[in-house]
Amino acid sequence: MTFRIGPRTSQVIAYITLLLMTAITVIVLLFIIVYILKNGLGQLTLEFLTDSTREMGKEGGILPSILGTLFIALFAILIATPLGVGSAVYLVEYTKGGPIRRIISFGADCLAGVPSIIFGLFGFIFFVISMNLGWSILSGGLTLAVMILPTIIRTSEEAIKAVPHTYREISYSLGGGKLDTILRVVLPSALPGILTGVILGVGRAVGETAAVIFTAGSSLGLPTSVFSSTRTLAVHFYILAREGISMPKAYGTAAVLIIIILVINFIAYRLMHRFIARYY
Amino acid sequence: MKDKIAEKLLLFIALSAILSLLLITFFIFQQGIPLIFKAGLGNFFALKWAPTRGGFGILSMIVGSLMVTIGALAVGIPFGLAGAIFLAEFSSKTIQKTLKPIIELLAGIPSVVYGFIGIVILVPFIRETFGGPGFSVLAASVILGIMILPTIVSISYDALLAVPNTYREGSYALGATKWQTIVMVLLHAARSGIVAGIILGMGRAIGETMAVIMIAGNALKIPGSILDSVRTLTSTIALELGYAAGDHRAALFACGSILFLIIIVLNIIAIRITSRK
Repeated sequence: MTFRIGPRTSQVIAYITLLLMTAITVIVLLFIIVYILKNGLGQLTLEFLTDSTREMGKEGGILPSILGTLFIALFAILIATPLGVGSAVYLVEYTKGGPIRRIISFGADCLAGVPSIIFGLFGFIFFVISMNLGWSILSGGLTLAVMILPTIIRTSEEAIKAVPHTYREISYSLGGGKLDTILRVVLPSALPGILTGVILGVGRAVGETAAVIFTAGSSLGLPTSVFSSTRTLAVHFYILAREGISMPKAYGTAAVLIIIILVINFIAYRLMHRFIARYY
Repeated sequence: MKDKIAEKLLLFIALSAILSLLLITFFIFQQGIPLIFKAGLGNFFALKWAPTRGGFGILSMIVGSLMVTIGALAVGIPFGLAGAIFLAEFSSKTIQKTLKPIIELLAGIPSVVYGFIGIVILVPFIRETFGGPGFSVLAASVILGIMILPTIVSISYDALLAVPNTYREGSYALGATKWQTIVMVLLHAARSGIVAGIILGMGRAIGETMAVIMIAGNALKIPGSILDSVRTLTSTIALELGYAAGDHRAALFACGSILFLIIIVLNIIAIRITSRK
């Protein structure tokens, strides 16, 4: 006699298995966040956040890395935002299919899949060595700008597409030119969606290690200009953890990183939601 | 007039992504490919890696990269697909709205944090439970599997949602249960999207660097079991780029060229699959 499981029973088994596996995924994620915060929050004193780093990170705080991260991320989005938004405007407003559109889309999609170590190699040989910018905020920022470009292009493209056609038609009927319509009607309406992309780009820049360690270096001094070498939070955390310099300081730095990422994702999520609620 | 100038300027800006890609391709290959020919293919696809003494063999790293990638897929595909199916087919709107952003948050956690969790929790666990050094193929596979989950979940989820409702209704009308409908109808209809998600996840796994360096052990040999230490192409680049010079540096760019080729091929396959519809 063969034992057969009926369709109803297999449905129940499948449901329970899927539920359990999804639950494990969610629990693993929450565990990582809670574990880091539980061990790191105790380290977060005002002194830790505002003091310079001493003895390679064994003592003192993480102010240089906070500033380094801020400058590099800022630099990256200052360069990537105009390029990304400009690309998106061209894709949505000026192309109607055709080879140019396909080439641009292909470039953005492919760039999005390039691993960060390749950006690190490229930034190292191109910005640091060939353009002679050295290990600096400039080299790191430029490298990250290339890396986050596809994120900004794709999000802005979706945002601009979502602006209803009637908006453009009304602007034209009032005598507005194409450029005026884009600048005064389309972009302001798409702004929250575009900001979401920029904020997600900041998130990627903040969490990045492989692409910045070989372009911005790992100097612990306070940055004085865009040509200063600097160490971002993620790089600092990597060095603390991998070289076993100080576990408490590593947890503290990780907690700062996680909090920044959580805040960034939360803001991006809320902005996107308000944007979607307006147009869909 | 103003509009014409704007259009030209925007076209120029819009080419920035593809220009960056070409620039990256050019510089990585220009630095790396000559060394492959200088060393000779036989010496390059060999075991001996001693780049300061003429040994440019990257075979153990290629095998290492493949092993951790396959391991990552073994973890990431079942959990990723389960998550996508559960969210798309068995969840209410409220659960979808809560869980999707939570899983997407996984993608935002920096890779160094995953590596760190690997060091403090997974590696000691593997060492105590299964023996060996703990820093192993297994540790790298589990952490990479978790890291590629969001890619697989969100792309497969979108692919499942894109299947027209009439497919579901038709299947129910024939008396199929929800699970039978998923297995026999929906997974088939959504398979190109699911495959694209898996390929992109594969690209992320093979290209991941920092998390792998922290937990894979990085020993320069082909691992004999999943509990052995392993070194990938990416770890070699990141571990040695800081001090490499001359042919050694060129050899790291050669590793980068091979990695870049693999990634571009994977990307093109994924892009072709998704744009077929």
